[in-house]
Amino acid sequence: MKKFLKKAVEKTIEGVLFLSSTITTVTVVLIVFFLFREGKSLFQSSPLEEGFVLAINKENAVVDLSSNQIKNIFDQNITNWSELGGKDEPIFLFRLDDIGNYYTDEELGENLEFFPQKTNELIDKSAGIIAFFPKKSIDSNFSGKILAIENVNLYKFFSEKEWFPTAQPVAQLGVLSLILGTLWVSFGAILIALPLGLATAIYMAEIASKRVRNILKPLIELLAGIPSVVYGFFGLIVIVPQIQSLFGLPVGETALAGSIILGIMALPTIVTISEDALRTTPKEMKEASLALGANKWQTIHRVVIPFAGSGITAAAILGIGRAIGETMAVLMVTGNAAIIPHTFLEPVRTIPATIAAELGEAPQGGLHFKALFALACILFIMTIIVNLTVEYISSKRKNKTSH
Amino acid sequence: MTPIITTRFVNLFYNEFQALKNINMAILPHTVTALIGPSGCGKSSYLRLFNRMNDLIDGVSITGDIMVDGEMIYNKGIDIVELRRKVGMVFQKPNPFPKTIFENIAYGLRVNGVTDAKFISEKVEFSLHQAALWDEVKDKLKKSAFELSGGQQQRLCIARALAIEPSIILMDEPASALDPISTAKIEELIYELKRNYTIVIVTHNMQQAGRVSDHTAFFYLGELIEFGDTKEIFTNPKDKKTQNYITGRFG
Ligand SMILES: Nc1ncnc2c1ncn2[C@@H]1O[C@H](COP(=O)(O)OP(=O)(O)OP(=O)(O)O)[C@@H](O)[C@H]1O
Ligand SMILES: [Mg+2]
Repeated sequence: MKKFLKKAVEKTIEGVLFLSSTITTVTVVLIVFFLFREGKSLFQSSPLEEGFVLAINKENAVVDLSSNQIKNIFDQNITNWSELGGKDEPIFLFRLDDIGNYYTDEELGENLEFFPQKTNELIDKSAGIIAFFPKKSIDSNFSGKILAIENVNLYKFFSEKEWFPTAQPVAQLGVLSLILGTLWVSFGAILIALPLGLATAIYMAEIASKRVRNILKPLIELLAGIPSVVYGFFGLIVIVPQIQSLFGLPVGETALAGSIILGIMALPTIVTISEDALRTTPKEMKEASLALGANKWQTIHRVVIPFAGSGITAAAILGIGRAIGETMAVLMVTGNAAIIPHTFLEPVRTIPATIAAELGEAPQGGLHFKALFALACILFIMTIIVNLTVEYISSKRKNKTSH
Repeated sequence: MTPIITTRFVNLFYNEFQALKNINMAILPHTVTALIGPSGCGKSSYLRLFNRMNDLIDGVSITGDIMVDGEMIYNKGIDIVELRRKVGMVFQKPNPFPKTIFENIAYGLRVNGVTDAKFISEKVEFSLHQAALWDEVKDKLKKSAFELSGGQQQRLCIARALAIEPSIILMDEPASALDPISTAKIEELIYELKRNYTIVIVTHNMQQAGRVSDHTAFFYLGELIEFGDTKEIFTNPKDKKTQNYITGRFG
């Protein structure tokens, strides 16, 4: 009986463990699935505001326009159809609200019931018109031409520089500046954190006495536990004003501020992992170096660091990974301008900060919403690349030390 | 002949624990001296006195006189780097650096400030010849030292020690991790090296001590029980403990 009970308990525990791992796996798969399904739907959508159309005169030779061209037309950067492959005809912009400039209220009717008809009339008689109005107001005898607008495509998504998802009439969905902003800030962070973190790790692994190490290690681990808003506040109050006055900038919210904050946040990862790597250097190897007349520094520089090299690389990459995904603190100190940075002293905007800042105002299921999901997919892929790289490096490292 | 290493009334403590008790010994140049004794008797501790490797361990204290090549090596103002150039060391487990074969040998020269590339490459080749490894590695000097077999790695470590031209070589069980053929090669090498170097070797292998050494020192529980001619020790030990140990009754 006792034996049976023991067996039952064992089986139950086994079952619970199995269930837990299954739930974990399924959760991961589900997250990936939903993320990419939502993200993918962006590329089946038109960048034109939903429910609206763009129409031109039937004589106009132009048949389709890219979102960028449309933007330039409405920004009046392009003012003649000849620039778009059409006839030499000045472009005449027409928006829904402009109708009052051409027709009186009586002509349009009490409930604007003649709006479709009048719009059609206007399109018909103006050779250079481009009209932006609701789909439902297309007249039954419509005699103009509806412009074909190409869907958002992957190539444009990655190569266009402008991120302005609420622009009218077409959303500008270029993520290049966001990707570059993320990479800039992250690499800047590593540039700051790697030397500092490595130096700390070397100090802790090779030089510090046990007592000092016992104080230092928990302190560094504490750094990992501080919520990122707190880092954000610290950055906003201490680092941002310092940068502003030090470099004489109009604003202190810059890529540099983000890099410094992220560098501090990546420190615990870098210190802990590279210290572990440094510690795996066999004592015999260090002794061999010292026995050959090398001093402590030569031994660290020529034996310990090369031996721990792949571990240190892994630490750096994981640090980058930490920086790439960080949201709150970056949002608070980088200024969030969606422009391609040329120096560290300009504001930038990262992918996670964009998602956090815009998700609240993007209507669910809309183009903007989908675009943010696509951004999340990019972030996810970046993180996967980071993790795979670390995996690859540490597998190579295992081969090395198994000798 | 004046001894190259002399120790007088040497005591060594690891914190409170006394690992060496009043050791008096003199080692002559161009001889091979074997240190034998059961595990934990202090052989390694004694050997590591001569290049001050014990300094690295926390809580070590040493009393007595230790003279190497006419110098009191534990005096203040002693150049440890200089001492370690003079006193090379080969460890129990082969411990090459994670570098190429060439760079392993060149290491001692580089850290001692040698930059002349021609000199270094000549020295690397010469040391590999000395360690009877040249023919086996001459085509793969740029390969990682980890690609060599254990026995080759150990000879590489010997070559590495030889490259900085020490006059004394300390070996702590240099063949204990190796197969019989590699062991025979190392023993042959020790025999060759005796002409130009003074060698102190720790070994658990009685036959090996008998084959390679001129003098043998038997340690027991931190004390030097008997020290003398190897033949004498093995055929006619004066102390009962020595006799018991070499006949394999304990250890
Ligand atoms: N770092 C250390 N800290 C404390 N005690 C030590 C240390 N190293 C050695 N000892 C002690 O000193 C004594 C002598 O050690 P040592 O390593 O010199 O022995 P050994 O003769 O070389 O032994 P083996 O044949 O096993 O290598 C042992 O009792 C050992 O436990
Ligand atoms: Mg030993």
